[in-house]
Amino acid sequence: MTATAKKPRRKPPLGIVTKPGSSLRNRTGPWGILRPEFDWGKCTGCNTCESICPEGCIRHLEKKQYEADTEYCKGCGMCAAACPFSAITMKEEHR
Amino acid sequence: MTTSAPGFTYEIARGFLPGHRACAGCGQAAAVRIVMEVAGPNVIVANATGCLEVFSTPHPESAWGVPWIHSLFENHPAVASGVEAALKVQGKINDVRVLCFGGDGATFDIGFGALSGMFERGHDVAYFCMDNEAYMNTGVQRSGSTPFAAATTTSPAGRRSFGEDRPKKDLPSIAAAHGIPYVATASMSFFADLRRKAKKALDTRGPKYVQVHVPCPPGWGYDEKNSVEIGRLAVECGLYPLVEWENGEVARARKIKPIPVEEYLKPQRRFRHLFRGEAGKAQIAQIQALADANIKKYGLTE
Amino acid sequence: MRKMIEGSRGVAEAVGLCRPGVISAYPITPQTHIVEELSQMVADGDIDAEYVRVESEHSAASVCLGAVAAGCRSYSATTSQGMMLMAEVLYNIAGMRLPMVITGVNRALSAPLNIWNDQQDTMAIRDSGWIQLYAENNQEVVDMHIQAFKISEDDRVLLPVMVCMDGFILTHTYETVDVPTQEQVDAFLPAYDPLYKLDPKEPYTLGAFAGPEMYEEVRYEIQRDALASKDVIGEVARDFQAAFGRWYGDVLDSYRCDDAETIYVAMGSVIGTMKDWCDMRREQGEKIGVLKLRCFRPFPQDELRAALAKARRVVVLEKAISVGAYGILAAEIRAALYGQAATPPVHCAVVGLGGRDITFDTLDEIESKTRAGEMDFFAGLRREMLEAG
Repeated sequence: MTATAKKPRRKPPLGIVTKPGSSLRNRTGPWGILRPEFDWGKCTGCNTCESICPEGCIRHLEKKQYEADTEYCKGCGMCAAACPFSAITMKEEHR
Repeated sequence: MTTSAPGFTYEIARGFLPGHRACAGCGQAAAVRIVMEVAGPNVIVANATGCLEVFSTPHPESAWGVPWIHSLFENHPAVASGVEAALKVQGKINDVRVLCFGGDGATFDIGFGALSGMFERGHDVAYFCMDNEAYMNTGVQRSGSTPFAAATTTSPAGRRSFGEDRPKKDLPSIAAAHGIPYVATASMSFFADLRRKAKKALDTRGPKYVQVHVPCPPGWGYDEKNSVEIGRLAVECGLYPLVEWENGEVARARKIKPIPVEEYLKPQRRFRHLFRGEAGKAQIAQIQALADANIKKYGLTE
Repeated sequence: MRKMIEGSRGVAEAVGLCRPGVISAYPITPQTHIVEELSQMVADGDIDAEYVRVESEHSAASVCLGAVAAGCRSYSATTSQGMMLMAEVLYNIAGMRLPMVITGVNRALSAPLNIWNDQQDTMAIRDSGWIQLYAENNQEVVDMHIQAFKISEDDRVLLPVMVCMDGFILTHTYETVDVPTQEQVDAFLPAYDPLYKLDPKEPYTLGAFAGPEMYEEVRYEIQRDALASKDVIGEVARDFQAAFGRWYGDVLDSYRCDDAETIYVAMGSVIGTMKDWCDMRREQGEKIGVLKLRCFRPFPQDELRAALAKARRVVVLEKAISVGAYGILAAEIRAALYGQAATPPVHCAVVGLGGRDITFDTLDEIESKTRAGEMDFFAGLRREMLEAG
C-alpha cells in the first residue's frame, strides 16, 4: 500500500488528546505582585533558585547572572527565601 | 521549543512546563520539575488523580512535554504496568522509561493494592510519590501518610482531639519489603539529593519507589515563600529521614545534626494546636520520640 | 478447522488469532478456563503476548487501558463481581475512547453469592459506553471476538467492545466449532493502528480533565459515535460473512418471525432453547417467532421497531432485573415501541436468575401466564421455597 493510497484519518475525538506544553499559553505572571530582583554581585552560581522554582521560570544567562521570567513568575518568593547568599529580593510590581 | 517572552524559551523536552496552575510556592511542582529534568524526553508518565494531575492538565492545557496519561485515582500503578508491558511487546523497553506519579493519598491508601501488585510483578517502572501528607487536592483531608498529631480537615484538632491520632504509615519499608531493587525517601528541599535519587531510580531496571516530601503552603499552613526551609526542618529534626534501600536492605541514610522537632512544628498551622497548653506538650514529646526512633533506626547521627 | 472444544478454549483460540499484545486478567469462575487456556498458549509461545497476572480486576482493566494507550492491542475477561470491581475502569476506558475487547462471561451478582449464569453483571454496566454484543452459541462466540476487535478499532467507533457469553452454559460446554486460520484472521483484522498513543516521538497528554464548559460536548460525541457504531457492527458482520461464510444477523436476528403473532425476545444462549421450543409450538399450529437481540449497546431501536412491527404480542425473556423497576430489556423495548401506530403488549418474564435452568416447561409457563395477561413476573418461581422461608 503506497502512502498516497492511505485514507486521511479523523481527528481525535473532542477532549481526548491534549497537546504537549499547551500550558504555556496560560501566563501565570499576573497571579502575584512580587517579583524577584537578582543581585548578580552577591550571586555565587549555586543554582538553588533555578532548581527549586515551582514554575521553572528562572534561568541563568552566564554562571552568576540569574533572572526570572515574569510571564510565569507567581511571585511566591521561594527563590529569595532559599538563596543562601541573600542575593534575591522580592519587590512589588503592579501591572 | 516554544517562546513565552523575549529571550525565554521552554523546550517541550524539559518535560514539565510553566503555565500550570499549582499554588504559588508549591513544593510538589518544584519536585516534579526536578525529576522531569533528570528524566528527559524518552519517558512515559502515568499519573494518579490529585493536585499534580489537576493543576497540570486542565484541557486544553497541559504542562507536560512528555507522553502522559491519567486514568483514575488508584490505578496508575496498573496503568504504568500496562504501558510497560506494551513497550516490552514493541521492543522499546530499553529505550523508554516508565514513570508513575501519585500523591500520598493515591500511594498509601487507595492505590496501595495496585502499587503492591506492580512491585510484586517486577515491572520496570519508577514510582515517585509526591508526599504532602494529606489529600490536598480535595481540601486537606487526612491520609495514611498524615503524621501524628497533624491537623487536617478530617482529623482536626478540637476539644477532644489533637489531630491525627495515628503515626505515619511506613510505606518505604513496605516497598522495600517487596524486595524491589531501589527505594528512597527524598525531599524537595534537598534538590541535589533528589536529582541523584531520581537518576538512580531511572537508571535501575525493575520496580523503584521514591517518596518525595513536598511541602504544601495551604495544607500545612505556612508562608508560601518558606517551602524550602520547612522541608529542610522536617529532615533535620529526624521526622523525615532521607534513606535508601537496595534490594530490600537499608543501603545508606543522610546524616543529620538533629534539631528539636518544635522548630519544625512551630511554623506550621497544622501543628499550632500543640503549642496552646500543657496537654500539647505531651503530644510534642510523642512526636520527638518518633523522630528519635528514626534517628536510632537509621543511624542518622552515627 | 473444525474441532470439538470447550467454549472457553474457543475464546482463547479466537483471541489468540487476533494477535493481542497484552493480556491481563484476574481469575473468577466461570471465566477461569478462558484465562487458563490463554496462559498455556502464551507459555507455549502459541500467542506472542505479555500476560500480566494482576492482583485485581480493577488492575486487569487498567493494565489493558495502559497497554492500549501505549499502542498495543489488549484483552481481558471477567464476570460478575469482577465486572463490578472493574466497572469504574470500564467507564474510564470508554470515556477515553480506547479500543479494546473484554469477554463478559455472564454470571449472577452477589448477594447472595452465586457463580451460575444470568445477565445481571453486563446489564449493570450498560450505561458505560461499551458496545455490548451477546452470543448465542460457541461458534458465534469465536466469530464475535474476531469481529469485536475490528469494530472497536474502527475510526468511526473508537469504543471498547464487550462480548457477552453465558457462563457455564457456553464457557464450560463442548461444541464443534470451526476455528479460522491465522491467515484468514490476518486478512480480516489488520494490526492495530492507533489514532493516537503514548509515544515520546509525539508526546500527547491523555486523560486531561474537562470542566463544565466542555464536558457535555465530549459526552455528546461519545453518544453520537456509539449510535453510529451500529452501522459499523452491521458492516463488519457482512464483511465477516463474505470472508468466513458465517452470519448471525447484524444487530438482531429473527427466527420464524415473518408471520409470527407472538414474538419472543431474548439475548444469549437461551435463544437456542427458544428456537427449539418455537419449532415445537409451530408444529402445534401456533404462530410464534423468536427474535435474538445480538447487540444491546448501542440499542437497535429502529431495527426492533421493524422486527416487531407485525407482532400482536411480544414476550421478553429477561435474565436480569432492575430492582425496584423490573425488566431492563423489556423496558427498553417498550420505550422503543412507544409512539408507534400499533403497540403490542410487551410482557416481561424474569427468568434463569442465578443459573436456574430454562426448559420447555419454563417457556410453556411463560406462554400461559402471558396469554392470561400477566405483564411483569418471575417465571419458574418456586413458591414452596418462599412459603417455607
